[in-house]
Formats: sequence, structure tokens, C-alpha cells
Amino acid sequence: MKITKEEVEYVAHLARLEFTETEKVRLTTQLNDILMYMDKLNRVNTTGVEPMSHAIALINAFRQDVVWESLDHELSMANAPETKGQSFKVPKIID
Amino acid sequence: MEYEPVIGLEVHAQLLTASKIFCGCSTEFGAIPNSHTCPVCLGMPGVLPVLNKKVVEYALKMALATHCTINETSNFARKNYFYPDLPKGYQISQYAQPLAEHGKVEIEVNGGKKVIGITRIHMEEDAGKLIHDEYNPASYVDLNRAGVPLIEIVSEPDIRSAEEAGAYLKRLHEILVYMEICDGNMEEGSFRCDANISLRPKWETAFGTRTELKNMNSFRNIQRALEYEIKRQRYVLENGGSVAQETRLWDDAQGVTNPMRGKEEAHDYRYFPDPDLVSLTVDELWLEEIKRSLPELPLKKRERFVRDYQIPAYDAGVLTSSRALADYFEAVAKLSGKPKAASNWVMVDILKFLNDDKREIKDCPILPESLAQLITLIDAGAISGKMAKDVIVEMYETGKSPKAIIEEKGMVQIADEETLKKVISSVIGANPQQLSQFLAGKDKLFGYFVGQVMKATQGKANPQLVNELLKKMLAET
Repeated sequence: MKITKEEVEYVAHLARLEFTETEKVRLTTQLNDILMYMDKLNRVNTTGVEPMSHAIALINAFRQDVVWESLDHELSMANAPETKGQSFKVPKIID
Repeated sequence: MEYEPVIGLEVHAQLLTASKIFCGCSTEFGAIPNSHTCPVCLGMPGVLPVLNKKVVEYALKMALATHCTINETSNFARKNYFYPDLPKGYQISQYAQPLAEHGKVEIEVNGGKKVIGITRIHMEEDAGKLIHDEYNPASYVDLNRAGVPLIEIVSEPDIRSAEEAGAYLKRLHEILVYMEICDGNMEEGSFRCDANISLRPKWETAFGTRTELKNMNSFRNIQRALEYEIKRQRYVLENGGSVAQETRLWDDAQGVTNPMRGKEEAHDYRYFPDPDLVSLTVDELWLEEIKRSLPELPLKKRERFVRDYQIPAYDAGVLTSSRALADYFEAVAKLSGKPKAASNWVMVDILKFLNDDKREIKDCPILPESLAQLITLIDAGAISGKMAKDVIVEMYETGKSPKAIIEEKGMVQIADEETLKKVISSVIGANPQQLSQFLAGKDKLFGYFVGQVMKATQGKANPQLVNELLKKMLAET
């Protein structure tokens, strides 16, 4: 086993997800299966191969420093569950 | 036991681009909340962030100015955490491969020089702004700042006092503002600083447990917060306690640091490369181009002023405190050919006027050409230094040239020997008592006679000539 139930709970908490006991057991098994599959890749000889962070061999995709028109205020706020004035309204985080 | 503070600083500087780092929304401060937003900076699904080239150029300038090694290839990563000012649930930053590393800046403390190492400089996006409701359990989110470009400058733990921390920050601030890549406005948050600080016994080489200080928005507050935290940690250690590793917030009104409340587990940001942003490569050609565009930096300018203009290091320090002031002084020095006089007039008079009116040098009504003209007029003996003091006040108030003011007021200096001789003999004649005392050996009265001559000429007499003639005429009496 590469991953314990406690680790699943910890990662779930970081992602703000809640699971039932049954789900936790199932996820633990599934994550272990995935990591064990990844282990197969570790057996490949990668000497002299640069670590890769992207699937496409493209570098330096830039835009120039030009201001474009922003969204209409109404559109920007359209998905907000709650607003106040021109701002998004959220539950207070610190007291 | 003697303890030594170990301090490392993280500076966030907002870059002066027109648009955000990954989208074209404006970076302008003070706009209507959420009016500078678009699907990219709002964190809508399916959008593609594209890197603003100018952000890279500005970050490279700072990296070069602080003698960093530029990584040929660098990458962007996602820093994952949840907070309402972060719409995507992650901040795009750089992690494993930052833009630049291993730099340094030189600071001066107590007349000595010290080098502070820079661990890394990387680019990242700013978060939005939260305003907490005082009366209701609600906060209001403005995402105009979300996606505004920042560079984070991380120092090595080389700093050993609050004073050194202040000197280091002022040096970074000065370089950023000089290069015009950051406006340096601390109140608006364009230049922010967090501090890591721990104490250790003087002979110890291992670090003690550190606290992280936040919420300090001026140079003064940063120094005060560090001084407080040094005292607090020393007290804890001296009483056999141990410092807790935690984030503490500076409370400006109380002058203390308090542990941040509601903090849960240690940060676990689960960084990973951002698949939306391709690798960044900086080649020699681009780097050369940036190098050529760097202005003369303050430290170099200071040294050059001392060397080329023969002015004291202190004066050079004041005159190079901003690029605009340095340019102003240099223009006056060159136009008048009298750098020492230029330095005096700028340091004493111009800076006083500007300080009194809380004005910037760019808004000074006296142009460098006018000040240079005034210096030339004094040098030629057309007006006395004393008269010039009145003229410069008039110049500042009206913006007129010194020549125009002198003509208007008839303030031409009396440098004609015959005229002055007449004045002097009448002064001598009118003060027989002082004359006999002077002749009896009371040398101090010489000044009295000079004063009387100046008074009789309403300060227009050439003082050097008065001295000369008076000496001669008194000796002949």
C-alpha cells in the first residue's frame, strides 16, 4: 500500500471535499492502483532524459502589454451567488 | 545569554505594466470594484492565460540589477489554496524553476558595508482584494487586483537587525523605482514585505524556530515589528520557553505582533507545473538587450557624483535619492559649471521649498536653467549671496528667471569702488565712538562697520569689496 486512509482524508480536506467511510475506502484502493501503475514507469531507464513539464514542445508564448476591454460589470458578476454594491459578497473568513 | 536575530525578507513588488500578467485587463489602481476583470482573471473554466512579455522584461531588469543568475529555462507552477480573493483556487507563480537566483545587494549600516544575498526572484500574479464588513459576518471581494503582475524577491537569512532590514528594503525600493518598473507606493501595496525572524545564541550556527511577520505597510512599521519580535522572542527564550512556529500579524495601533487567528494546518500548496503556460526561455540576445536598457543605478550614480563633482558622500546620497532629483542636480551642475554651488542650492533651498509644500522635484517651479543662471550671476558678482537668497524665494513663488527678478526689483549689486568709498567714509564719520574703540584694538568692531555699510546700501554692496575697502580705509584713518 502506498497511500493510507489518513492521507486520503488529508488530501480531501485540502481540496475541501467530504467523503463517507465507504467512499474513503474505495478512493484509497483506487489511488493505490493508480500509483502502482505509475511505478511501472519508474522501471523505464530515463538516464540522460530531461524532466518534462509540458506535453507540447513550445516555448515563449507571449502577449504584448496592451490593455483590452474588460467584461461588462454585470457580466463579471453574473455567476455570483451574492453581491453587494459592485463587489462579490462572501462569508467572512477572519474575525 | 546573548542572542542574535536571523532575518530573511520576502518582498512583493507590483510591476508597472499597463495590463495584467496573463490577460489584457488594466492594472490601474482605484477603479470601480471588479470593473477590470475578464474570464481569465475571474478564473472561469476553459480560459487560457498568456504571459505578458513586459512582465518578463521588468523582472529581468530587477534580476540583473541585483546580480542574479538568470535561469535559461523557467516555468510557471500552480500554488493551490482556497481563499475568496483567489478565484481559481490556485495562484500562478514560479516554484521549481524561478526566473532568477543567487543575487545580492550591498547595503550600508553604521558606516559599514554589508552584502545581503538574494535567494531568488520569481514572477507571479497578485490576488484580489478583500474588504471585511465591520458589523456583518461578510467580506466583499474586488478582483481588479487579481492577475496584476508581481515579482517576489526572497532574501537569504543574512539580515541581523531591524536596522539592516530597513537598509535592505530601502535599497531594493530605490532600485525598483529608479528603473521605473515599480511605483514603490507602499500605501497602495505596490511594495510589500513579509519577514521571517528567529533568534539563536550568539555562538550557535543552527537556526532557531522562526515566526513569519505580516501586515507591515511602511518601512517604519517593518522596523518596529522586527524590533518588537526580537524582544518578544528573547523574552520567551530567556524564560525557558520555546518560540512557536507561526504567522504573526503586526498591530500598528498597539505596537505588537499577534498570532494570526484561525490558522489551521501547515501550508501545503501542492505545487505542480501549470500546463496552460509553456516554458520560458531567455537567450543571450534578449538578455543583452535588457542589459543595455538598464539605467545607471543609484549606488553607481552616488559614486560618480562624489568622484566627478567632488561633493561629499552625504550630499551625493541625498541628491541621488530619486532619479528625478539626481537629473535636476546634474542639469544645474552642468549648466552652471559649479557643481558644489549647485549641490548647495539644491540641498538647502530647493529641497526646503519642496518639503514645506510637500511637492515633488518634477513640480518645482524653478527650472534647472534658472537655478544655473542664478549661480552664474552670483559667480560674476552681479548679485551677492545674500541677495540671491531673496531672489530664489521670488523665483520659487513666481517661476520667473533670476535676471527678470533682479531687473524688476533693481537689485543690482553695488560693486563700484567710488560709490562704496563714499558710503564707507560717511559710515566712519557717523560712528566716532566705535571708530576710536576699534583703533584702540577692539578688532571685533570691524563686523559692525561692515553691517552699517550693508545697511546703508540695503544689502546691495558687494561684501568682498566692502571688506577690502573698509580694511584699507580704517587703516588709513
